[in-house]
Amino acid sequence: MYRSHVLVCGGTGCTSSGSQQIMETLKVEIEKAGLQDEVSVVQTGCHGLCALGPIMIVYPDASFYSMVKVEDIPEIVQEHLLKGRVVTRLLYDETVTPSGVKALIDTDFYKKQHRIALRNCGIINPEVIDEYIGTGGYEALGKVLTEMTPDDVIQCLLDSGLRGRGGAGFPTGLKWKFAKQNDADQKYVCCNADEGDPGAFMDRSVLEGDPHAVLEAMAIAGYAIGATQGYIYVRAEYPIAVQRLKIAIDQAREYGLLGKDIFGTGFDFDIDIRLGAGAFVCGEETALMTSIESNRGEPRPRPPFPAVKGLFGKPTILNNVETYANIPQIILNGAEWFASMGTEKSKGTKVFALGGKINNTGLVEIPMGTTLREVIEEIGGGIPGGKKFKAAQTGGPSGGCIPAEHFDIPIDYDNLLSIGSMMGSGGLIVMDETDCMVDIAKFFLEFTVEESCGKCTPCRIGTRRMLEILTKITKGQATMEDLDKLEELCYYIKDNSLCGLGQTAPNPVLSTLRFFRDEYEAHIKEKRCPAGVCKALLSYHIDPDKCKGCTLCARNCPNNAIIGSVKNPHIIDADKCIKCGACMEKCKFGAIYKQ
Amino acid sequence: MACKKDSVPFGGTPEQELALKKVIAELKDTKSPLMPIMQQAQEIYGYLPIEVQTMISDEMDIPLEKIYGIATFYSMFSLQPKGKYQISVCLGTACYVKGSGTIFSKLEELLGITNGECTPDGRFSLDSCRCVGACGLAPVMMINDEVYGRLVPEDIPGILAKYK
Repeated sequence: MYRSHVLVCGGTGCTSSGSQQIMETLKVEIEKAGLQDEVSVVQTGCHGLCALGPIMIVYPDASFYSMVKVEDIPEIVQEHLLKGRVVTRLLYDETVTPSGVKALIDTDFYKKQHRIALRNCGIINPEVIDEYIGTGGYEALGKVLTEMTPDDVIQCLLDSGLRGRGGAGFPTGLKWKFAKQNDADQKYVCCNADEGDPGAFMDRSVLEGDPHAVLEAMAIAGYAIGATQGYIYVRAEYPIAVQRLKIAIDQAREYGLLGKDIFGTGFDFDIDIRLGAGAFVCGEETALMTSIESNRGEPRPRPPFPAVKGLFGKPTILNNVETYANIPQIILNGAEWFASMGTEKSKGTKVFALGGKINNTGLVEIPMGTTLREVIEEIGGGIPGGKKFKAAQTGGPSGGCIPAEHFDIPIDYDNLLSIGSMMGSGGLIVMDETDCMVDIAKFFLEFTVEESCGKCTPCRIGTRRMLEILTKITKGQATMEDLDKLEELCYYIKDNSLCGLGQTAPNPVLSTLRFFRDEYEAHIKEKRCPAGVCKALLSYHIDPDKCKGCTLCARNCPNNAIIGSVKNPHIIDADKCIKCGACMEKCKFGAIYKQ
Repeated sequence: MACKKDSVPFGGTPEQELALKKVIAELKDTKSPLMPIMQQAQEIYGYLPIEVQTMISDEMDIPLEKIYGIATFYSMFSLQPKGKYQISVCLGTACYVKGSGTIFSKLEELLGITNGECTPDGRFSLDSCRCVGACGLAPVMMINDEVYGRLVPEDIPGILAKYK
């Protein structure tokens, strides 16, 4: 027994900002103070507030230390752990109030959250199976195997209203039902952990913070559809997640929770890991299965759907990590409990990865139906630098931008679709007035052009043509006919591509055209980039009234494009200027502007 | 001037070949073992030149064109050797809106190479990647396993100097 537990985040975000050194120093200092038998240091998964990493929480009082530095550790050990005096100076400032230290769950970032998929992330040590079992882990599997028939399990999921969290939002129970109906000597359960949508990292966090939840749910799925083998297809870019999954699978096998005759019920189920190799298209279900079979990860036409003919030609179900993480809780707490959260057609919660121009970047899990305003202004803490909100991008390269006019829309699958975006896997990137929407559309098209697998023509060639037109627009060389052509291409590619990648690739263009057409037109008609991003359309100028002639800009110009003598206003030679912006950064008088 | 290092003679050692054969022997009879074997081969050699692909093809009796097809499909397989220090800059959405494009340009300018290339001295290679999942630290780049976050272009010369 320990009198105090110190939880240090070992997720990718905090590890990147140095949490491993924090852990080591902490252990050394605790030993120095002779507290090693009283205080335990635990490495956990992600707490969500990645912007403030490395993060450290001291229990039992749950003091939340943020942006911890190695040099702060001796003070925290001496003051807090030894003498019981919280080092308020180093706490997350939101938790410090005049009346004392506020609990973490009462801060703006956490108070509207409801954690189901992330319930253990940041709470337990993901590398110790006993901690998972201690929080009710594997109880759901026991219940399913001893008290429920496969049909009961499927009915429970159908009643819960759980829909796939990977993007398309297909009802999970229905998918399982189809797979169960097809008789075969072998069936497979797959987990899609090929989280390719840039800016979304909830699957990684679940795998790093609570890997057993996914294993347990996959075993439940195996029982429900009659499969004995599972595969987790995980991105090789997530080394920590892969490592923790391996540890978790070994421990589960050792405890008899995977393998032969689980809980003595005669049910066999085992799981293997397959590593991705950096192809975005492998997030598409048929491509993913083709890749597990050691082929080029190209999609194939559906039907036949995987529930009929999937991996190695056998009936297969494929669910996303976050979907699985919900399932043990649904089994334990019942379908009604889950269905009581969310909106009419979207039940439960959804994890979002907040990124971009927002103060609290990180992971949040909110009930479906929370408004965008609540997410951005309250939970996310608003836009940094007093800038104005312009749009939130959801659904990654398949999704769209939500402008300020839809700020109060309750977030669920259908509402997002109705405004031309989509839930996607849950990336939510916030953009402010300094982001150019044409440039963002171009950014996503660059992504899809690079990631198109090349199998079908509309996607392979169509997206490239779209990118060419967008490039022309950002260079101020396009005409209004080009814009029409762009729009026409969008619909053609949507209708004719083979898989989800191509069918959704035009979405970033269509949604920005819908809400920000004026920006496209400004680029074309006025040869102007309203946000001041597109370099070809910018020119830098010096305001002669503000310029003091200090020569700093001229000395920093890499191309000697600034002319002028000391104490006299300078000018920029537009022919020589390479638009690097170095002068504007250096000017102490704000005399340089771009337009 | 820096230029692309693309015709490096293959310098595989007998130890590497032995390690590869051991991996193949271990995995050969598992279900669909080709990609896991290629992934481990890349770990052993650092890249997958045609010589290594041929060895896998011979050992497993799988046509070379199938192996080449896979090696060129997935971005993590490299047919070119990588630098001693592999730089990858995240150009995912969260990093992009926070200016990782300018970080990438700065590296191109300082190293004299572009995406997918290696400096002639074999020291640095430069790649873009899509999201390492450290979006809270955007913009982010990695040099081997070290992550550098909250970058501005001015940080780059100092960071590179650490790897001279």
